[in-house]
Amino acid sequence: MENEQSFSDICGGRLALQRRYYSPSCREFCLSSPRLSLRSLTVVTSTVWLAAYGLFTVCENSVVLSAAIFITLLGLLGYLHFVKIDQETLLIIDSLGIQMTSSYASGKESTTFIEMDKDPVEPHEISQVVPVFQSAKPRLDCLIEVYRSCQEILAHQKAPSTSPQAHQKAPSTSPSIQKASIVSRGK
Amino acid sequence: MVLKAFFPTCCAAADSGLLVGRWVPEQSSAVVLAVVHFPFIPSQVKEFLAQVQQTSQVGVAVLGTWCHRRQEPEDNLGHFLEGLSAIFSHEPWLQLCREKGSTFWSCKATRWQGSTSPGAPSEDQVMIVFYDQRKVLLSQLHPPAILPDQETGDAAAGAVGLAAVFHTVARSEVLFRSDRFDEGPVRLSHWQSDGVEASILVELAKWASGPICLLLASLLSLVSAVSACWLFKLWPLPFIWSKLSTCEQLRYRLEQLTLIFSPQKAENPSQRMRKANMCVSVLLDVALGLTLLSWLHGKGRIEQLADALVPVADRVAEELQHLLQWLMGAPAGLKMNRALDQVLGRFFLYHIHLWISYIHLMSPFIERIVWHVGLSACLGLTVSLSILSDIIALLTFHIYCFYVYGARLYCLKICGLSSLWRLFRGKKWNVLRQRVDSCSYDLDQLFIGTLLFTILVFLLPTTALYYLVFTLLRLLVITVQGLIHLLVDLINSLPLYALGLRLCRPYRLAAGVKFRVLEQEAGRPLRLLMQINPLSYGRVVHTYRLPRYGCHPTHSWGSLCRKLFFGELIYPWRQREDKQD
Repeated sequence: MENEQSFSDICGGRLALQRRYYSPSCREFCLSSPRLSLRSLTVVTSTVWLAAYGLFTVCENSVVLSAAIFITLLGLLGYLHFVKIDQETLLIIDSLGIQMTSSYASGKESTTFIEMDKDPVEPHEISQVVPVFQSAKPRLDCLIEVYRSCQEILAHQKAPSTSPQAHQKAPSTSPSIQKASIVSRGK
Repeated sequence: MVLKAFFPTCCAAADSGLLVGRWVPEQSSAVVLAVVHFPFIPSQVKEFLAQVQQTSQVGVAVLGTWCHRRQEPEDNLGHFLEGLSAIFSHEPWLQLCREKGSTFWSCKATRWQGSTSPGAPSEDQVMIVFYDQRKVLLSQLHPPAILPDQETGDAAAGAVGLAAVFHTVARSEVLFRSDRFDEGPVRLSHWQSDGVEASILVELAKWASGPICLLLASLLSLVSAVSACWLFKLWPLPFIWSKLSTCEQLRYRLEQLTLIFSPQKAENPSQRMRKANMCVSVLLDVALGLTLLSWLHGKGRIEQLADALVPVADRVAEELQHLLQWLMGAPAGLKMNRALDQVLGRFFLYHIHLWISYIHLMSPFIERIVWHVGLSACLGLTVSLSILSDIIALLTFHIYCFYVYGARLYCLKICGLSSLWRLFRGKKWNVLRQRVDSCSYDLDQLFIGTLLFTILVFLLPTTALYYLVFTLLRLLVITVQGLIHLLVDLINSLPLYALGLRLCRPYRLAAGVKFRVLEQEAGRPLRLLMQINPLSYGRVVHTYRLPRYGCHPTHSWGSLCRKLFFGELIYPWRQREDKQD
């Protein structure tokens, strides 16, 4: 089951949140930032090349122009591969853990997986706080949506399912620590 | 809790049979290691599993059944499989089933004990996680889940979470040794069942490495015994050896080679990686050195180098003489004290004259020396660079001498000034109490003290200027030497084998795992694919970096400036660290 909703980030840009419910124990939230706009790219390139041309008229050395072209190309590639994050995904799998993926504009993906710890002693203790959606920076309303869905999954875990296992140890029916909680930035 | 069934991707196309693996009750996960095919005799299967359990210390058991329906639904097979749960009892009993022509699987996990309604089994929710058995077997988690000293006994229980899956697969190697061409009692399906992976080159290398290691180890011990001989301990030889960076580098390389060729096998993966990294580093070093050697010995470059050396030294001495003439005049418009200026200037000029004569004395032998030094490049590029650094130190020895003279003079002057300044104010340094106390001086003491103080103050600019000029020159030489040492350190400590492994076989160095959700259908169990998340390059370098010899300057910028201001000598020479990594 998939649905898409539109939110805005702390600077006012548009974000698209896609929710996928694979099963009652597995959900995915995908936050997409706006892509690299042609306008900003043109502006930056023109500025750099005009500055290079200005230097060229002063020092009459064509190396300046080639250097400007190289710098623009390398800078663009570096920006696309290391800086521009297009999509951030949060995948929650019941009793396994939480996975956060950032997809860069060049196609590179960087993934972190946080395992869920079953601690029988303190089931409600928070052991680790990890900020999510650090690049997209959505506003509070989007974060509340995600948080609510996460709590639904944890509640589903806690609630006894079709076959209650009374002889099991308490932790397996009322598990887990919230190993990752969502931190909201800004308003 | 949801039951997680870790299923190897290689068994997804296997025929129907029994699922064999390990059950981890704390995480409610079943790690399937192999599939046992029909026909089998239950007692033989149980015997085989007991053997595997004893050898590998992993609690391998029959976890359930696997049904791959290739033709039309076979009811009798279904009933037969259900009957097996009575023979091999396991809680919970897994039943995985795959239909022909369908990508979706069906899963059932039944428990007989602990259900609320006795007589009827309770069913758990199941999640299937696919994993690539070969990659999981070969990969190494960072940080390691099990510490090396815990590897005995029931260590499989030590790993928590997903590390338990890795640990189980890695320890069950004995299960994967038989392939389908073996005539054993049990027919298994796993990642090596199509043929055990082996390489002729690797086997040959292993066989040959024994005698080669012994030979080289004995040669190296001979070399170390010779170098530890009493002849080399006569003074001043140890003093010279400790100052030359070439000796340090040679000693370091000797230690590394001794470690690589030691006949003992490496006990744990980190030692193996360290050996491999050292080996690749030495090989690269020697390769670069041989390239340099071939470049040097071609086209008469040695002669060019030797011919250029003496004129360069002459030029440096000439520039220094010009500098001193400038200082003896009115440098930058400052007015110096004539007498002191002349004394210092002439003293240093005479020094330079001695140095030039020495260089001219050596000039017939320079070419031979350079030729022999160039041969050292076959020991490695690092040795050549160390020799270059030592040659620079020797050629600029006069600058070092000037720096020491200037620094000592300046230091004495500063000491004198500070104590006479205290006298001028009527105070004294109390050595017992380590503080400044007031003191009553006699009149003649005060008179002479003040006189000396004024003399020193007015001579200060001259000494300070000489000190400044020679310190700057010395710092320039130290910078050049420092850059060379940085390059040598880089070649010494970069873990090239680990970086190559990360580039070509990224699954070997695992930082963790990542999951991908496969096609879903409502009502069917959730299917996930578990992949290895490789370590980032920065962490690879940080984890596997080889230990460096010597220490880096431990003073911070602040203490360096303080030392320069008070005229204390700064020593950039490396002191060998006593503790080894």
